[in-house]
Amino acid sequence: MPEFATNFINAAVAWWLSLPGTVQYLGTTLFKITIVTFAVIICVAFSTYFERKVIGSMQARVGPNRVGWNGILQPFADVIKLLIKEVIVPSQSSRFLYVIAPLLSLMPALAAWAVIPMNDWFVIADINAGLLYVLALTSLGVYGVILAGWATNSKYALLGAMRSAAQIVAYEIAMGFALVGVLMAGGSLNIGDIVEAQSGGFSNWFIIWLFPLFIVYWIAGVAETNRAPFDVAEGESEIVAGFHVEYSGVAFALFFLAEYANMILISTLTAVFFLGGWASPFEGWAIFEPYHDLPLIGWFFGGGFPWLFLKMAFFMYVFFWLRATFPRYRYDQIMRLGWKVFIPVTIVWIAVEGAMAWFQVGPWAPTGV
Amino acid sequence: MPHSIVFYVFAAIMFLGALGVVFSRNPVHAVMFLVFTFFNAAILWLLAEAEFLAIVLVLVYVGAVMVLFLFVVMMLEVDVEAAKRGMTRYAPLGVGLALVMAFELVNVIWLRSRMPETGSGFKPTPEGYSNTEALGAVLYTEHVLAFEIAAVILLLAIIAAITLTMRRRPGLKVQNIAKQVAVRAKDRVRVVKMDAEKKR
Repeated sequence: MPEFATNFINAAVAWWLSLPGTVQYLGTTLFKITIVTFAVIICVAFSTYFERKVIGSMQARVGPNRVGWNGILQPFADVIKLLIKEVIVPSQSSRFLYVIAPLLSLMPALAAWAVIPMNDWFVIADINAGLLYVLALTSLGVYGVILAGWATNSKYALLGAMRSAAQIVAYEIAMGFALVGVLMAGGSLNIGDIVEAQSGGFSNWFIIWLFPLFIVYWIAGVAETNRAPFDVAEGESEIVAGFHVEYSGVAFALFFLAEYANMILISTLTAVFFLGGWASPFEGWAIFEPYHDLPLIGWFFGGGFPWLFLKMAFFMYVFFWLRATFPRYRYDQIMRLGWKVFIPVTIVWIAVEGAMAWFQVGPWAPTGV
Repeated sequence: MPHSIVFYVFAAIMFLGALGVVFSRNPVHAVMFLVFTFFNAAILWLLAEAEFLAIVLVLVYVGAVMVLFLFVVMMLEVDVEAAKRGMTRYAPLGVGLALVMAFELVNVIWLRSRMPETGSGFKPTPEGYSNTEALGAVLYTEHVLAFEIAAVILLLAIIAAITLTMRRRPGLKVQNIAKQVAVRAKDRVRVVKMDAEKKR
C-alpha cells in the first residue's frame, strides 16, 4: 500500500476516534441502518425475479429471460419502468393521505428490521423488548392499506381496504398468541436470546416442540402480508387490484416494496422464532466440531448469517409455492380459519406448553438450558 | 440537557397533534392526528425509560384500537353540522370538565415538585434493568387479583357487546362450512358408463 494511503487511513481513523462517543454511536448506527435497508431492498428486487422464475417453472413456462443473463436484470428493468411512469393523483382524493399512505405501509416493514439479529453480533438495536417491538410495528402496516383505500375515494379501493383491514386484524391475534408460545419457550423478549435458547443443533429448535404454533404463525404470516391464497384484498377478479387500484408509478412501487419487504420479514421471523435463526442444524455434533473455524464453509457447521439467509429464502420459496398451488380463499372461510381454528389452536398449545414447562420436558428440560 | 430539549420538542409536537384531533373537520383526519399523538406519547415514555409502556401503547392503541376507530369512522357518514348544533348546549359541561382536569394535573405536578425525593427529576435506571420483567414480576404475583378482575371485566364487555349487537334475521342464507368440507367427489360427480354411440 502506498505511503499516502496509509497516512490517509491513519488520519481518518484518528479523526473518527477523536469524535465524541455520541457521534460515533450515531455514525455506526446510521451505517448499520443503511446496510440493512439496502440489503432488504436488494432482496426485494431479486425475490420478484425468484417469484417469477419459480411460478414460471411450476406452470411449465420459462419466466423472464430477456434482460441480462436468463433475465437476471429483470427487476432493475421493472424498477426503471415504475420510476419513469407518471404518478396520477385522483382529483377527488384526499391528497395528503393519498401520498403518505404508501410511506406508512413501507415504514414499519423496514423499521422492524432494527431488532432482528443477523448473526451472533450484528443487530442494530439489541433491546430487551424486541419481540414486542416487532409485534407493535407489524401491526402498523395496516394503516397504509386502510388510508390508501379511503384516500383514493374509489369503491374498489375502499372495499379492498376493508377486506384487508379485517383480515389483518383477525390474523394478528393468532400471530400474537403464537409468539406468546415462542416467548414461553425462549424465556425472553430479546430476539437474540430467543435464538440462543435454540442453540445446540436441530433437536433444540422450537419447531419441534411448538409445531402447531409454527404452522399457525406461518399461515397467519401469509395472511398478514395479503399474499395468495389470502389475497382477497387485491382480488383482481372482483375488485381489480383492491386498495392500490388508483396508484401508479413510484407510489405503486412503494406498496410493492412494502409487500415484499413484509414477506421477507415474516420469512426471517419464522426462521428466527422456530428454526433457530442463524444457528446451524449440525451445531453440537461432535464430529463437526473441528470444522467450525474453516474459512469459507465454517458457517455450515458452526452457524452464521448464511444459514439465516438460506432459511429465509426457503420460506420465500414457500410463499411462491403457495401462490402457484392454491385458489383464493373466500372471505368467510378466511374469517373462520382465523377466529375459529387458529386462535383456539394457539390457546390450547399455550396450555400444553404450560404443562410441558411444569413437567420440565422439551425446551424446559433442566439440562437443556 | 439534550434530553430535555428532545422532551420539549416531542411534547410540543404532541400538543399540536392533540389540537389537530379537536380542530380537524374531517373525522378520518382527526383519527390520524390521534394516532400521531399516541406515537409522540410513546416517544415521551421511551425518554422516561418506560419502554414496555411505550411499545404497548403503540401495539394496543395504535395497532388495534385506532384501527377499529378508523374502520368505524370511515364507514359512518359523520355530519359535522349536526354535531355543531349541540355545541352551545354541551359547551359549559365540556369547559367544566376541562377545568377540573387541568386543576388535577396542576395539582399533581405541583405536589410532586414539592416532594423532596421526586423533585429532582428522573433517576436513570440501573444497567441491565428491564421494566418489562419488573412489571411481569409484580403483575402476576402481587397484583394478580386486580389483573384477573380486569380480565373478567373485559370478558364481560365482550359478551355484552356481542349480545347487544347480535341479531338473527329470518331467511338469512349462510354456508354450512362443516357440510362443505365434508363433501366428497362422489356426492357431486356421477360417473356414467355408456357404450360409444355410432355415428350416423
